[in-house]
Amino acid sequence: MLKALCIAVVLFVGTSTSVSVWAARDYIEIVGSSTVYPFATVVAERFGRATPFKTPKVEATGSGGGIKLFCQGVGVGHPDIANSSRRIKAREWEDCRRNGVSDIVEVLIGYDGIIIGQAVDADPISLTQLDVYRALAKRVPNPNGNHSFVDNPYRTWAEVNPALPDQPIEVLGPPPTSGTRDAFVELVLEAGCDQVPWIAAMKSVDEDQHKALCHAVREDGHFVEAGENDNLIVQKLNANPKALGIFGFSFLDQNSDLIKGAMVEGHIPSFDTIANGDYPISRPLYFYVKKAHVGVIPGIKEYLMEFTSNKAWGDEGYLTDKGMIPLPPQRRTWVGTSVRSLEPMAL
Amino acid sequence: MIDPKYRTDDHYDDDLSMPPSSPSSINSTINSTIELVNKNLAKRYAAEKRFQVYGILSIAFGLFCLLLLFTDIISKGIGAFTIHYVQLEVTFDESVLDINDSSDAMQLALADYQGVVREALKKRFPTVTHRPERRRLYSLVSNGATYHLQDLVQEDLSLLGQTRTLWVLLDDDVDTYLKSREDRSGPFIGRLKSEQIEWIESLYKEGEIESRFNRWFFTSGDSREPEMAGIRGAFIGSLLTLLVTLALSFPVGVAAAVYLEEYAPRNRWTDLIEVNINNLAAVPSIIFGLLGVAIFINFFSMPRSLPLVGGLVLTLMTLPTIIISSRAAIKAVPPSIREAALGIGASKMQMILHHVLPLAMPGMLTGAIIGMAQALGETAPLLMIGMVAFVVDIPTGITDPATVLPVQIFLWADSPERAFTERTSAAIMVLLAFLIIMNTLAVWLRKRLERRW
Repeated sequence: MLKALCIAVVLFVGTSTSVSVWAARDYIEIVGSSTVYPFATVVAERFGRATPFKTPKVEATGSGGGIKLFCQGVGVGHPDIANSSRRIKAREWEDCRRNGVSDIVEVLIGYDGIIIGQAVDADPISLTQLDVYRALAKRVPNPNGNHSFVDNPYRTWAEVNPALPDQPIEVLGPPPTSGTRDAFVELVLEAGCDQVPWIAAMKSVDEDQHKALCHAVREDGHFVEAGENDNLIVQKLNANPKALGIFGFSFLDQNSDLIKGAMVEGHIPSFDTIANGDYPISRPLYFYVKKAHVGVIPGIKEYLMEFTSNKAWGDEGYLTDKGMIPLPPQRRTWVGTSVRSLEPMAL
Repeated sequence: MIDPKYRTDDHYDDDLSMPPSSPSSINSTINSTIELVNKNLAKRYAAEKRFQVYGILSIAFGLFCLLLLFTDIISKGIGAFTIHYVQLEVTFDESVLDINDSSDAMQLALADYQGVVREALKKRFPTVTHRPERRRLYSLVSNGATYHLQDLVQEDLSLLGQTRTLWVLLDDDVDTYLKSREDRSGPFIGRLKSEQIEWIESLYKEGEIESRFNRWFFTSGDSREPEMAGIRGAFIGSLLTLLVTLALSFPVGVAAAVYLEEYAPRNRWTDLIEVNINNLAAVPSIIFGLLGVAIFINFFSMPRSLPLVGGLVLTLMTLPTIIISSRAAIKAVPPSIREAALGIGASKMQMILHHVLPLAMPGMLTGAIIGMAQALGETAPLLMIGMVAFVVDIPTGITDPATVLPVQIFLWADSPERAFTERTSAAIMVLLAFLIIMNTLAVWLRKRLERRW
C-alpha cells in the first residue's frame, strides 16, 4: 500500500515535471484590468485574424491581480502582458524586480471616462466634485464651519447643495475590489476633498490621515455597492430614476437610449469633452510588456504594432468605437516610437 | 384514548368504569358518536383537501417560477438565433485588394478585403461623398464581411477580377435596430445616426436586407463583435473539461466506494474518512478552485486556462458526490446476492466485479451524471485557474486554452454592447439544453439498466 502510494507520487511528480515541456506556449498570454479587457480583446481578436499568429488569450483578473501574476517571474508559465487601469505601483515594481522581471515596457494606450449616470428620462443633474464628496464620503467637514469632521449627515442632494434637487441621495457604484471604484474615489472624492482648503492643507501634515478621510465612502445605505457588473447598474438606474450610478464611459456609449451622464463641473460627459480634458473624471489605461518574452513567445512585437497602429488607437480607430478615449496625437507618436524600440520603463 | 364507538360495541358490560346503562342509552351513545363524527367529517374532508391544495400550490409556484425564467430567457434570447445580412455587389478588384501575385498566400491573407466591401457600399450609395458620412456608411457592415470575403477568395482564386452578388453580415448596431423595429417602445437606435437609419430603411425596402439563421452563433468562438460571437469554443471547452472530469472522477470514485463498502473494516479511521467525504461534498466550490491554484498551477506549474487543469479541479469537486452515490448504490445490492456468489466459490473480487458492480451500476451512473451536471454549471473554481478568459480559437485538445459555457455567459453578461444581451440569454438556453439532455440521460440509463431482485 505504502509502496503503491510512493510509486503514484513519483509518477505524478514525473509527469508534472514534463509539464514544463508542453509549456512551449505559442500564444500570447494577457492578464489584468477588466476596464482594459474590452479594448485588449478587440486588438487580440483582430491580430489573431489578420496575422498567422494564434489569437492571444486575455484574462480579466483586475489590475492588481494581473500585475501580481505578471510579476511572478520570467518564463512561459507566466503572462507576457499585464493590462492595468492605473500606473504600476512602486511596491509592485519592486516585487517584479525581485522575481527577475526587470525590463518592462510601459504602454499608455488611452483614457477611460468615469460617468455618474442617471436614467435617460430623469431630470438632469449637474454636480461638482465637492458635491459628490459631501454626498458620498463617510465623514465630512462639519456643516457649521468648524475645522472638524462629522459622520455624513446629508440625506438629500438639496441638503448637500441647495441648488440641487430635493431627492434622496442614492448612488449605485462598484465594490472596492473594482478599479473603477479606485479611480472614482481618487478622481472625484479626493478631488472634492481637496477643494476644502483646510483639508487640502492636511495632506502635507499627515498624508495617511488625509487619504483615510478623503477615500472613505459612506456605508449607511446611501451608497449602494451594486457589484462589478456595470450592465446591472444600468438596469437598476432604469428601474429607479432618482438614483445615480457610477460606471465606465463605454456603457454610456452603448446604452445611450437608457442612460445619460450627469454634468460634472459643468461638462456633459462625451467623447470630445473627455478627450480634451474638460470633463474631469478620466483615468489613463496602460499595459505592461515583459521584454524578456519578446522573441520567445511568437507575436508579441506584432501585437504591440497592431495595438499602437493608427487604425487601432487613432482618433478614428476601432478602439474608439468601443469607447476608449484616444491619446492626443503628439503623445501617441511619442509613446508609439518608444514602444517600437521596446524602451524599458523606469519608475 | 379509547374510541367511544369501539367501547360501545362489545366491551360495555366488561368495562367497570362505565356506569351500567340501558339499551336505549347505548343507542343514544352510538347516535351521538355518529353525530360527532358527522359533525367533524366536513372539517376533516376540508383539512384533507387543504393539505392537497398546499402541495399543488407549491408545485404551481415552482412551475410558475420556472415558466417565468424560461419565458424571460427565451423571449430575450430567441433573437440571437437569427441575424441580418445585406446584399452587396462585390467586385474582387485586384488593384483594390492590392494583390499582384495570387499564388502568394501571404498577399492573399493581408489583402485589403475591407476596401472591396467599401467600394461595394460606395457603389450602392453613390451620393454619399462626405468623408465622415462615408465612415458612417462603412460602419453598417460588420467586420465579419471582410473575413467572409477572405475565405471566399482563398477557396476559389478565380473570383479575382469577378463581380459577385453576396450576402454579408451587418454590424450589431444595425442588427439590433432591425430586430427592435417592431417594438412598441420604438426601435433601439443606440449609436446609429439619422442618415444611417435612412440607408438601412432604403435597403430594407428594396429587399436587400434579409434575416437568416445565425450560424455564427454555433460555429465560431468568442468575439468582441457581437454579430460574430459564438458559443462553439465554450461548448467544446465544456465538453473537454467534463471529459477530463469524468475520466478521472468516475474510476477513482467507484474504486473508493467499493473499497469503503466491501473491504474496509468499520473502525475509527473509516468513520473519519466517511465524515470527511460527506463534509467535502458540502464545501463551497471556490475552495476547490483555490486548492487547484495552489496544487496544479503554483506547485506543478501547469499553464492557466487549460481544460486539463479545469477538469482536475472539477474532479476534486465531484469526487465526494460520486463516492457517496456509489456507496449508496453498492449498499442497495442485497447481501443474498453476495452470499450466493461466495457460496458457489467466487472470490471476493469476482463477487464484486461480476455481481455487485453490474447491479450497482445504474445508481453509480446516475450519481456520476448528476455530479457532471453540477460540474458543467460551475464557474467559481474555474475563475481561480484562469478559465475566465477571452479565447477566440476553438480548442482542439485538453492542453489548448479554453473557457466553458457558464463562464461565457458571465463574460457576455458583463459586456457593454447591447447585442450581447440576447446572446447571453441564448447561451443560457444552450446550457439549459445541455443540462436537460444530461439529466434525461441519467433517468433513461436508470430506467434501462435498473434490475429488480
